[in-house]
Amino acid sequence: MHFSKALQPPCLEVQAGGIQLLGHWNLRGVTQLPAGARDALQTQAATNIDQSWDLRRVAALDSAGAFLLWQAWGHRLPVQLHLKPEHESAFRRWQQRPLPPVPTGERESPPLPVRMVRLIEQLGGHLLELLQLLGQLVLDIGHLARHPRDIPWKEISATIHETGGRALGITALVGFLIGVVVSYLSSLQLQTLGAQIYIINILGLSIIRELGPLLAAILVAGRSGSAMTARIGVMRVTQELDAIAAMGISPSLRLLLPKVVALVVALPLLVVWTDVIALIGGAVSAKMELGIGYHQFFSKLPNAVPVSNLLIGLLKGVVFGLFIALVACHFGLRIQPNTESLGDETTNSVVVAITLVILIDAVFAILFRGVGIE
Amino acid sequence: MSESPVIRVDHVWTRFGDKLIHRDITLQLDRGDILGIVGASGCGKTVLMREMIGLQLPSQGRVALLGQDLGQADDRTRRQLRNRCGVLFQGGALFSALTVYDNIAFPLRELRVLDEALIERLVAMKLAMVGLEPSSAALLPSELSGGMVKRVALARSLIMEPEVLFLDEPTSGLDPVLSEEFVNLLRELHQELGFTIVMVTHDLDTLGDLCTQVAVLADQQLVSMGTLEDAIRCQHPYAREFFHGHRARRILAVN
Repeated sequence: MHFSKALQPPCLEVQAGGIQLLGHWNLRGVTQLPAGARDALQTQAATNIDQSWDLRRVAALDSAGAFLLWQAWGHRLPVQLHLKPEHESAFRRWQQRPLPPVPTGERESPPLPVRMVRLIEQLGGHLLELLQLLGQLVLDIGHLARHPRDIPWKEISATIHETGGRALGITALVGFLIGVVVSYLSSLQLQTLGAQIYIINILGLSIIRELGPLLAAILVAGRSGSAMTARIGVMRVTQELDAIAAMGISPSLRLLLPKVVALVVALPLLVVWTDVIALIGGAVSAKMELGIGYHQFFSKLPNAVPVSNLLIGLLKGVVFGLFIALVACHFGLRIQPNTESLGDETTNSVVVAITLVILIDAVFAILFRGVGIE
Repeated sequence: MSESPVIRVDHVWTRFGDKLIHRDITLQLDRGDILGIVGASGCGKTVLMREMIGLQLPSQGRVALLGQDLGQADDRTRRQLRNRCGVLFQGGALFSALTVYDNIAFPLRELRVLDEALIERLVAMKLAMVGLEPSSAALLPSELSGGMVKRVALARSLIMEPEVLFLDEPTSGLDPVLSEEFVNLLRELHQELGFTIVMVTHDLDTLGDLCTQVAVLADQQLVSMGTLEDAIRCQHPYAREFFHGHRARRILAVN
């Protein structure tokens, strides 16, 4: 056969002596047919089944082409049929096997109440697994307290560098801009009241107590949380977790604990860093808008903002870090070996971590409502 | 009618950076042949196969697939050529987010001219051909066993009625029973559909049972190209070790 021979769409000629089939009666030939032409061919084939059929001049015939004819003939062969011997098998296959219909794999979604029950069950499952993870962590820490030689220093320091050190740039940029914006907005309001000097109280309190920890946590959740989830997930899919376990090394001790510890250490430090940069941004803006000097700004700050606010901010950093790492590990361990699950769980990890951060922030606001604010 | 070879590899050299993979490889394959490529791990068997499909271009030399030079073909021609080939990847390379049915139907749907009823029949046919139950169509790749993954991947590579079938280690990861079943399945399908097969394999059983042509790659060169007997007679140290080792002699003696 010449490979350069052009593809001829299948065609059917009704002649005096019977039906003559020409062209490529294969999948590629069939796809060359314009819309509707296939139906026309099939109708023609159906009406002429009593004629003599000559298929010896077709350029090609495969199971797709054979099926079109077989279907048109009403699942039987014409009495007078002339075939090339190599094409017999194409028909024999359809003849021999009455193929049962194939389920196309579309899974029906259950009714609403069932879905709601499942949703609640899922939520319960997540909470339970998070609790188990936390428990495992406590056990690991207990183990490390008795066997200090097992502490994975290297992993911890690498993760601190990855989640803390390399996040300095982005947290500084965002912190500075937020500081400028908050300071600018507040100074406009304070000017109308003639209370310019209170800009220090407003900025100090809001940044150190709320904005600094929140900004740092949200950035870390988006940056490192997603990376942790994807990393653990791929390790699970490629059986690296099993390999670690099979070597008699605890995966939770080696992989989860360093991540949690590193974030618990790194996030409060990032909070301090973000606070400082945001306050600098605020001071710059205050100087330009209200003419408050830098010396005045930073020397008044300790009087305006009690030190307990800084402690609350640091404590928030620790708790946020703990939960971001736990949530990231939790969703990482849930990843199934397929591409969709990897994307879904990474998204879930980030969304849940950020929501949880804001939720915990609200709880802090209630718990410490009488502390650090005159 | 003149018969041009299905695949012609003409003085092909392949380099990755400074590393030489292939040195002057020439071979050709006629319609209906079954070629087994053997060679040590990392000697460029899979690379040679990728060059035959046109997924990779050789550093030097020409590869022609179905009579067309892959180096000179434009993107459109190359896509059309690949359309006439089926490829079975080593790990199956099934789309993990799609069900078995959607995996097999995927190339058909990409044509955008077939209606769903016809697609369903063709998928049902291919499932039956590779010996899978219709009920397995609704499963996801992660729910399949290793042997089933290979069968589904084979069904997917057959769905476009390929003229050339490329198999990368078709029997690796299968137990001997499954592996023999798979080889039998390939032989039956080859008899029935008459395609040309190129396969990379380490498996002497598969070579002996299936291949009409055996190519031995060693030291970046093609040291033997011909029937299995030619390969066995080859004097190259790697070929001698491969075909005259303990295991090899045992298997070949049985055959």
